[in-house]
Amino acid sequence: MAAISLEHVGKRFTGGIAAVTDVSLQIAHGELLVLVGPSGSGKSTVLRLIAGLDAPTSGRIVIEGEDVTEIPPQQRDLAMVFQSYALYPHKTVRENLAFGLQMRRIDAARIEERVREVASTLGIETLLDRRPAALSGGQRQRVALGRAMVRSPRAFLLDEPLSNLDPVLRIEMRTELTLLHRRLGATMVYVTHDQEEAMTLGSRIAVMRDGALEQVAAPMELYDRPVNTFVASFIGSPAMNIWPGAMIASDWEKLLVGIRPHDIELTSAGAGDAAGRVEILEPLGPTTLVHVALDAVPPSRARVVVQANSRLAIGDRIGLSLRRDHLHFFDETTGRRVRFDEARPRTDDLRRDRQSK
Amino acid sequence: MSWRLLRPWAIAMLVGVTLFPLYWAAVASFTPESQLFGQSALAPTRLVFDHYRAVFNERSLGTAVLNSLVVAGVTTLLCVPIGALCAYALARVPFRGRTLVLTSVLAISMFPQISIVSPLYLLLRELRLIDTYTGLVLPYLTFAMPLTIWLLVGFFRQLPREIEEAALMDGAGQLRTLWAIVLPLSWPGLGTTAILTFLYCWNEFLFALCFTLGPERYTVPVAIALFRGQYQVPWGQILAGALIATLPVALLVFVAQRRIVAGLTSGAIKG
Amino acid sequence: MRRGEARRGWLMALPALAVIALIALGPVLWAVWESLYLHDLRMPWLGRRLIGLRNYVEALSNPRFWEAIGHTVAFAAVSVTLEIVLGLALAVAVDSMTRGRGVVRTAMLLPWAVPTVVVGLVWRFMFETPTGLIWFADPLAAWVPIVLADVWKTTPFVAVLLLAGLQNIERSLYEAAQMDGATAWRQFTGITLPLLKPALLVALVFRTVDAFRVFDVIYVMTGGGPGTATEPIAMYTFSVLLENLRFGYGSALSVMIFGVTFLLALVAIRLMGRGALVEPAP
Repeated sequence: MAAISLEHVGKRFTGGIAAVTDVSLQIAHGELLVLVGPSGSGKSTVLRLIAGLDAPTSGRIVIEGEDVTEIPPQQRDLAMVFQSYALYPHKTVRENLAFGLQMRRIDAARIEERVREVASTLGIETLLDRRPAALSGGQRQRVALGRAMVRSPRAFLLDEPLSNLDPVLRIEMRTELTLLHRRLGATMVYVTHDQEEAMTLGSRIAVMRDGALEQVAAPMELYDRPVNTFVASFIGSPAMNIWPGAMIASDWEKLLVGIRPHDIELTSAGAGDAAGRVEILEPLGPTTLVHVALDAVPPSRARVVVQANSRLAIGDRIGLSLRRDHLHFFDETTGRRVRFDEARPRTDDLRRDRQSK
Repeated sequence: MSWRLLRPWAIAMLVGVTLFPLYWAAVASFTPESQLFGQSALAPTRLVFDHYRAVFNERSLGTAVLNSLVVAGVTTLLCVPIGALCAYALARVPFRGRTLVLTSVLAISMFPQISIVSPLYLLLRELRLIDTYTGLVLPYLTFAMPLTIWLLVGFFRQLPREIEEAALMDGAGQLRTLWAIVLPLSWPGLGTTAILTFLYCWNEFLFALCFTLGPERYTVPVAIALFRGQYQVPWGQILAGALIATLPVALLVFVAQRRIVAGLTSGAIKG
Repeated sequence: MRRGEARRGWLMALPALAVIALIALGPVLWAVWESLYLHDLRMPWLGRRLIGLRNYVEALSNPRFWEAIGHTVAFAAVSVTLEIVLGLALAVAVDSMTRGRGVVRTAMLLPWAVPTVVVGLVWRFMFETPTGLIWFADPLAAWVPIVLADVWKTTPFVAVLLLAGLQNIERSLYEAAQMDGATAWRQFTGITLPLLKPALLVALVFRTVDAFRVFDVIYVMTGGGPGTATEPIAMYTFSVLLENLRFGYGSALSVMIFGVTFLLALVAIRLMGRGALVEPAP
């Protein structure tokens, strides 16, 4: 039995805007499932539907076998960490943590005990008597987490909890969240727009676009076998290069070919599968991101990642050699992935084609 | 360019023009009757308390002040809790017909008061409530209640929704959320609403004029409007009464001007 | 929407709505009922007879009724225009202030907070100072102090409303216009006025409805005089009800005033847009 199950869930707002369309998802116990997608993709709406803060216009939401679609959020025994933390400003940290337990009529001694336990897990014991206004962003975030943890809910729902933190803190908290998840073994549903966060945190990732699920899979599966051009360019940074197939070889005409910047080698201008001119060099530290203007019609660019010590200058003419085993093919019209071997030409053909152009 | 130099003077002038009538009235209330209209009208040779004494001793303005305080106070005390409950439901609970109710409440606050005088008069007469405190509080609720609701709806909407949602997730029901989370955060809004409601009742004239019969139950506006002199209009006393009527109001404005502005504008304009 | 929520919402709103229904709606309906009767409390032996629409006919054929309507409309047109224009100017001036705003705002709020009766009395006092001109004896001149008093009291309120609207406009819009070379006037007409429209509309609506209900200030300043030269419709009704004690006729007048105001209010609310009342549903 899944911990949380969404069955053909849809949400249409008054005015006809469909925020979520036919989403079906099974979340296993102890799993950390990440909902990722651009803004407007419906991921936060799905989270709110699970929480019960909004009601679906179609479909069912089932938690541990129980249909909760009609049940209000107070009774679902879920905990939510809001993007803005939503701490009670007029209560101290201790009171913030205790509130949920007070709703359950648990006696004061047990509440105090539990509050201390959670506070020490998160390292906020010294903050218990302060008010949220006196806390830093990172501290507030921990209190928000603590408020969720204190009730030992059936599942945690996290709505972009790290996006209000500065980048350094964000990465630090990311690690802590991973350790926390491992320690608690709790079921978590995590929403973010940051694909890197998704890849590092999730045991499984659900990519959403325009209210629908594009692909649900483990991180490396999404990276190695994206199911369409959207997922291919969304996951992985810098983004995958996607070109019309005809640019590389004539019998790739009806296809789009994709190759990640890390999987391209630069050679001299004559050799390689494509040629072009170096336009922009972005030093990233250990590597450099090279933007190449390709000799192709219509004009295209290539993103290539090279070692930082390669001696390249703007204006240099170079060749691009694509690693065969890392090519992705997609149908030109639908954008869907096409099986590799069907489309795979022989290496010689490529060179022969280019020379004849 | 030159506007910037003129500006402080222009504004000073504006403030001056605004306050001038009040200043004149204040000075006049301390001016002996004989000098009120003479050449030294604005700069009298001596200041007297005669008018104030007369107003309290001969015209029982003190009673009127008490009446105003009681009526305004009771109306406010009734309006704010009941209105807050209604306003919270209108602001946060999505129930069908909500828009209709909001529109109606707004429409009622635009009723012409005179239109309700006739039936209210007959009703109060039936219930023998003419010339009583209850007989004023009830009609005042007609207009104070929509005002309260309107102000508080605007205020509640400005509270960040997520805090209430967090309370829901924590297991609190709607009423519990209102009591434990929303109300403690609403003191500024409730305070402002109370002040504005009190102001409205204190300043009200028509109903007080129609539903009271004598100086025993007159409120302050009615009392001073009906000051009659034997031979001429007793301006000194009228102005003294006017100053007394304005005093609590001025105090409230000084103390709460920022809140008042916030309350008025959050209720009237969305966003 | 869950059913439990709807019921709870209604329950919470009920006490307030019950009060309003009893004390506002009930009486209005009663007034309609009453307007169909002859009910003169000075002549109780006549009893209370059903006379249908005769009260309305009497009103519509009574010149004093039409004069009162005329007075009210003219008063509303003049005062509201003055209040909006002056209020806007005041708001713009205060908006550009960097210091001392609090003081100015307090000064601005004072006239609004002062009881209308006091405003009327003070202005009447100011105009009674014998300067050789007897304002209150002339049917047209008597309007001047009345309008001035009303404008003095409510312009600050309009200014406060508009000031809030002004402060909601992003500064960067003006800065971008400045970079584009727009003069202060162009900035005003191109940025300020259009973005201030909602606030202007609200101010216009509230003030117009209030101007139609005018009573206090005129009662205290001229009593409707000289004669009935400055009598607004609310005072005419008041006189019929509480001086002549003609409740049937008075109710008919009340219903007509109510009808007009209600229509105005509906038009106004429609103009302000339903969006101004309820949040878009999440």
